[in-house]
Order: sequence, then C-alpha cells, then structure tokens
Amino acid sequence: MAVIRKGEKRGMPALSTSSLPDIIFMLLFFFMAVTTMKEVTYKVKVTPPSATELQKLENKSLVRYIYVGEPTREFREQFGSATRIQLNDQFADVSEIENFITMERTAMKEEDQNVMTVSIKADKDTKMGIITDIKQALRRAYALKINYQASTRQSF
Amino acid sequence: MARKLNEINASSMADISFLLLIFFLVTTSMNVSTGLTRRLPPPLPPDQKPQDIDIKKRNIFVVKINSLNQLLVQGEEMNIRDLKEKAKEFVKNEANDVHLPEKFTKEFETLGVVEYTRDHVISVQNDVDTQYQAYIDVQNELVAAYNELRNELSQLKFGKKFDELNETQQNDVQTVYPQKISEAEPKNYGGSN
Repeated sequence: MAVIRKGEKRGMPALSTSSLPDIIFMLLFFFMAVTTMKEVTYKVKVTPPSATELQKLENKSLVRYIYVGEPTREFREQFGSATRIQLNDQFADVSEIENFITMERTAMKEEDQNVMTVSIKADKDTKMGIITDIKQALRRAYALKINYQASTRQSF
Repeated sequence: MARKLNEINASSMADISFLLLIFFLVTTSMNVSTGLTRRLPPPLPPDQKPQDIDIKKRNIFVVKINSLNQLLVQGEEMNIRDLKEKAKEFVKNEANDVHLPEKFTKEFETLGVVEYTRDHVISVQNDVDTQYQAYIDVQNELVAAYNELRNELSQLKFGKKFDELNETQQNDVQTVYPQKISEAEPKNYGGSN
C-alpha cells in the first residue's frame, strides 16, 4: 500500500562520492602510462631547429642526451654567454664526452649496449664547430647511432 | 554476537589520489622527442691520417655550407629550396646522364629488374661557423629527397606508400635508395678566417 508522506521536507539526497577515488586513480594511471619522467633540469637554453622529415625517438631508456646551448640567465654570471655543453646535470667540456659515453654504456645491460643512441639537443643558433667536435668525440667513443633533435614544422 | 566493525572512512582517499595525480603531472613531461637519425662512420685508427677514398667524380654529390649559411652544390650556388630536386635528380639519374652516377642493374625478388645508382654518395661539408639550423635544413632536404624517391618507387611497383609495404619490400626499396649521406672529416673552409 502506498504511503503518502506529506509535510515531510524532501531535500536532494547526498551525492555519493565513493567512486571519486577510483576515477582519480584511473586518471593517475593514465598519466603515469603516457608521460615520462623529466630528463634533467636545463642549464642551457635550447630552442631546437625545425625540420620536416622527423622520426620519433623510441626506447627512451636507450637514449642518452647531450645538450648544447647558451647558459640560462642564472648561470650567465658564472659561465658567461658562450655556447656550452651540458651532460646530465652539469656543464661539461668536449673532452668529457668520451668518458661520459663510456660510463653510461657500462651502466647499461649488455644486450642494450650496442643499440645505445645519443641524442644531440642543440640550440638552432649553435655554430657547427662545436657540433663537429661533439661528433668526433662520439665517434671515438664508438657511439655511432646519433640523433639530431628537431621540432616539427611545415615545409618552408 | 560479534560487534559490528565500524567502516573505515574513505572520504580522504580522493584527496590522497589527487595529490598523487598532481605529483605525477608536475614531475613528468608528455613531449615526445623527434629528430633526424644518423649513423656516424667508425673512428679512424689514431695513427692513420684521413685518406681520400677513391670515388669516381660522377658518383659524388658535394654540398658545401659556408659560414654565411650559403650553399654550394656541385660547384654552383644554390637556394635550399632547390636542393631536394637536385638531389633527387642526382640519385635517380633517370636519363642515364654521363655526368650523373653510374647505373647498375639488379634483380630483386619483389621489385623485378631495377636499374639503380649503386655507388652514389652525397657528401655534406660545413664550415666551423655554419649555423646549426642551416646544417639541419640541408640534412632534412636530403632525407626528404630519399623519402620521396622511396615513395615514388613504392607507388610505382606496389601502388602503396613506402610505410605501408611489408618488410621484404621495404628492404628492397631501401637497397635501391639507401641513405648514403656522408659526413666528411672536418676541414677548414674559407670564409671564416
């Protein structure tokens, strides 16, 4: 039998938030899957050159980066504004590259060692002299797979 | 009778997971890095001087970039916009010109008999003061020339783009048009001194 309630105040029932954590967790897992950890903090300013025929860099764990550019503002006083090389979190000299590559390679798994890629992330206004020096150092270190990082652009 | 356990209050769960989410958003980056992949030649033994490998003059395509980012292609000044066409013409040598690279005939499993310029080399030489962007532009145009040639051949033989071919077909097309871009030993060219 239907009971007709009259006079009772009928408010909105409280919205159940018990599924909220699950939704947020889903979001969290999504972001964990599609993003990668930041490589390093930049100490040099890098605006990569642009190109059209680009390939994606796959297998980030096999890639080591060399940054080339002018020091950022907070390091200007200490290091001047000439183009510098950054390896991991430190400024470095061309002569240190060989050592750096060898160290990084020995830290890798054996089967990965000869598929290591070195990605050169250089500012577009860098002079080729320094890039050539880096390339020669990489050759001496037998890191022959290299990648020039560039951003996408439409043709001219 | 067992006393009924109080339910744990789970309302702070959302806040905790929010915190985690924000932490991951801050520490990670989403950008995919892209670039031009190249292979360097192996190092020379330290006691050996760089020697000029004997390559017939018609088989070599020289691109020089000076300190003002100007191009000298095969001895003549050129705009970067024309480089791709010139490189394609060189690699393909459609008319069997005596000044363009020699052609060889080879039979492929998937392509049939193809005439191609087996021994051609593209040599990129730059000055110490060349701007990195100019160098990347040249590399990019040369890669673009090869990609277009590969796509043209794939389209002609299989009616598909190069990316859509299967592995053996891709390998054969790559043998016809390998990316032979050599980076010379660094030398000093005039213009900057």
